[in-house]
Amino acid sequence: MKSICLYFQLHEPMQLKRYRFFGIGTDHYYYNDFASEDTIRYWTENCCLPANNTLLEMIRSTNGKFKVAFSISGLMLELLEQYAPEVIDSFRELADTGSVEFLGETYAHSLSSLYDTNEFKQQVKLHSAKIHSLFDLDTKVFCNTELIYSDEIGEQVAKLGFKGVMVEGARHIMGWKSSNYLYKHPYADLTLMPRNYEMSDNIAVRFSNWGWDQYPLTAEKFIGWIVSTPAEEKFMMLGMNYGAIGVYNHAESGIYDFLKALPYHAMMNKITFATPSEILANNKAGDVLSSTEPISWADEEKDLSPWTGNDLQGEALQKLYSVGERVRLCTDKRIKYDWLNLQTSQHFYFMSTKHFTGNSQAHTGQYESPYEAFMNYMNVLSDFLQRVDEQYPTSIENEELNSLLKTINNQEQQIAELEEEIEKLKAEKQEPEKEIKKAAPKKAAPKKAATAKKTTEKKAGEKKAAPKAKK
Amino acid sequence: MNALMFGWEFPPHILGGLGTASYGLTRGMSLQGDMHITFVIPHPQGDEDQSFLHIIGANNVPIVWKETSWDRVNQLIGHTMHPDEFFHLRENIRYDFRRIGTNEIGCVDFSGRYPNNLMEEISNYEAVASVVAHAGGFDIIHSHDWLTYPAGIFAKNISGKPLVIHVHATDFDRSRGNVNPQVYDIERRGMDAADHIICVSNLTRRTVIEKYGQNPAKVSTVHNAVEPLAEADKVMKTPRKDKVVTFLGRITMQKGPEYFVEAAHRVLQRTKNVRFVMAGSGDMMNQMIHLAASKNIADKFHFTGFLRGKQVTEMLAESDVYIMPSVSEPFGISPLEAMQVGTPTIVSKQSGCAEILNNAIKVDYWDIDAMADAIHAIVSYPAMYKSLHELGEEEVNRITWESAGRKVRAIYDKVLGWS
Repeated sequence: MKSICLYFQLHEPMQLKRYRFFGIGTDHYYYNDFASEDTIRYWTENCCLPANNTLLEMIRSTNGKFKVAFSISGLMLELLEQYAPEVIDSFRELADTGSVEFLGETYAHSLSSLYDTNEFKQQVKLHSAKIHSLFDLDTKVFCNTELIYSDEIGEQVAKLGFKGVMVEGARHIMGWKSSNYLYKHPYADLTLMPRNYEMSDNIAVRFSNWGWDQYPLTAEKFIGWIVSTPAEEKFMMLGMNYGAIGVYNHAESGIYDFLKALPYHAMMNKITFATPSEILANNKAGDVLSSTEPISWADEEKDLSPWTGNDLQGEALQKLYSVGERVRLCTDKRIKYDWLNLQTSQHFYFMSTKHFTGNSQAHTGQYESPYEAFMNYMNVLSDFLQRVDEQYPTSIENEELNSLLKTINNQEQQIAELEEEIEKLKAEKQEPEKEIKKAAPKKAAPKKAATAKKTTEKKAGEKKAAPKAKK
Repeated sequence: MNALMFGWEFPPHILGGLGTASYGLTRGMSLQGDMHITFVIPHPQGDEDQSFLHIIGANNVPIVWKETSWDRVNQLIGHTMHPDEFFHLRENIRYDFRRIGTNEIGCVDFSGRYPNNLMEEISNYEAVASVVAHAGGFDIIHSHDWLTYPAGIFAKNISGKPLVIHVHATDFDRSRGNVNPQVYDIERRGMDAADHIICVSNLTRRTVIEKYGQNPAKVSTVHNAVEPLAEADKVMKTPRKDKVVTFLGRITMQKGPEYFVEAAHRVLQRTKNVRFVMAGSGDMMNQMIHLAASKNIADKFHFTGFLRGKQVTEMLAESDVYIMPSVSEPFGISPLEAMQVGTPTIVSKQSGCAEILNNAIKVDYWDIDAMADAIHAIVSYPAMYKSLHELGEEEVNRITWESAGRKVRAIYDKVLGWS
């Protein structure tokens, strides 16, 4: 018996507004709320709501046998909460059926897995907490931004407690291996779940392509292909952007009817549906699969070139992540919010000159060219960096800053402790005071000062050592 | 295929972009092998490169039959035309042009420039065209710019061969809307008579369709290209502390110099280590000097006066940013020249060249904020400079006259029904 494991990635960024360099240092609001709301409403009406309802209907009509998984970024959830709370309710409803799994990812749909390990950890944890608070579900399988993966990232993912990770079944790492099996990480305790990109793209990319020789794609034909895979292959991972349902393939293309017809034809052929966790539980990982270079699910090359391929992206990313440590030290909520939003991978995608022909804006978002995307982003980033710098001047080393900060943050506690000590000493001395009235206070004062100094020094020392130990 | 072209300028003696474009296009077309071009210009100096086409000087074409000897002709015009050709042309005088003042061998003199009696030169040029047309030996007629349209029409009427006209600019570009009715009339008649109209950009094509009422089906766009720079590797950029932002061109209304000054003012308010250079001369130069002074940026804003030849290339190569804020530019070849030496370029969206460039920044000419922002980005973000520098140069090297020539050839074939 074969299983289909269907999962969707959902993320739309908060759009940056047109930010001229005159604003640097004076204008600290970076977003185009109107456009962001517009996008979210568009996605809500064309994809999220109708698609969720369709999936819900499918789960109910199959008594929970139809299963599906989602990877939704934290920022997307925030935007939905703000502009389309009905979508959150609809996802809750889906979560309550028990047939839906939520996958772990970075909170900001960021490239932090490549640039900043600490940031990556923090974002994954933040995201898991968000999913838990909204849907009361735990994330067990990880699905990185755009399926970016390498052995190193796998190691981090394993350390964060995930048992499985979604990877692209990229030909250059798979070689002769089939993507319809589970694989082991070379050294960490982690199972790799390759996406069958040909079958996924048949839905996501080619479904409404009239020029495709298999057009039109019917559920019957699609299930037929799955049936015809070798009997030893027990499952197939189909991952795509959620926009494949309703945005990239419009409702008129028949994508919803295709989706609805899937369970029927699957059951006719004794094919079941499974969540990623179930796939992990029911199948054993065979061979080792290793990818020393990062891969992704993009284009034909399956590499990072759409996000990190050119100089523009290089400079923007390098500048952004140079302050990671500092931003994590700070407590300013606005800085933290901007920090997450600025990390969203789309900002860098828009700067890609790889596909830029000048005729289509498909790859540059709201911008006319990658250069414009870069200019706008860098202006925003310059202001952001200034703000971070104002809080924590770059002239101070990170470690020094860290220790100073801890001293400052702990000072109240320390004062309280010391006061307590004074009280104690006072209490102790009150008894002898009765006997020796004059000498006692004079002696006590320097003592107190000395103890206080010592504690501070000691604490500062400890804190200095602390970050080193972490590393 | 034999083409008879009427032009007004040809390198090395050029006054504007028309000559450069004529040269590039004919050279690109000559690479097709079976393309033979006869190019008529008013006043050749004899040092034109004739390796790939045949040049006829209008001032050497007899329009009035006068008795003369082979030796005398050789003595007078031998450096630009072979006497045999002269006598062959003399055989083809069919009309009486004695009203036009001619010299002892029956030729009329041309300045080859844009003199005050331009209209007279245009009509004399028409007379020359009749003689050349009667001499025959061509399949198609191609007229470059409005000055030569009457000649093209006359040649078409005489020979019955199809006429293609090449619109390098319209009077709407030159006058910012206040067209000269006489010029408009010549342009309009040329377009009406043409079998096909070639425009240097979609922008010009729209003007031709909308303002001259032409049938869109007979108007095509063939973008200009740029000749490869021979010493591209030799140009050096001197390392300096301040970044240089350059405007280069005639300082006239059409080129939008005031927007450049305004943008400079914006940039200088927030950015140090940038200098602005306005190279060239023109009727608005003094006005611009006053403007810069009144904005209080004169210490960072420099005027070079008119630059020629190699100085232009050097100026472009020394710049960190080249900017062309033209209000209306049919094509605009200088951004391509800047990109050839690796200088990041900002062009106005109202320039024809913006249609074919991807690795250049495009802004509306009136959008001073966007212009200032782009300047700031290039001088402040190293990756921006580097990307535009490398990708721009790469891109411009792919824009060749050869492919432009092939497009023109395809139009010839279509007009002649050969394809």
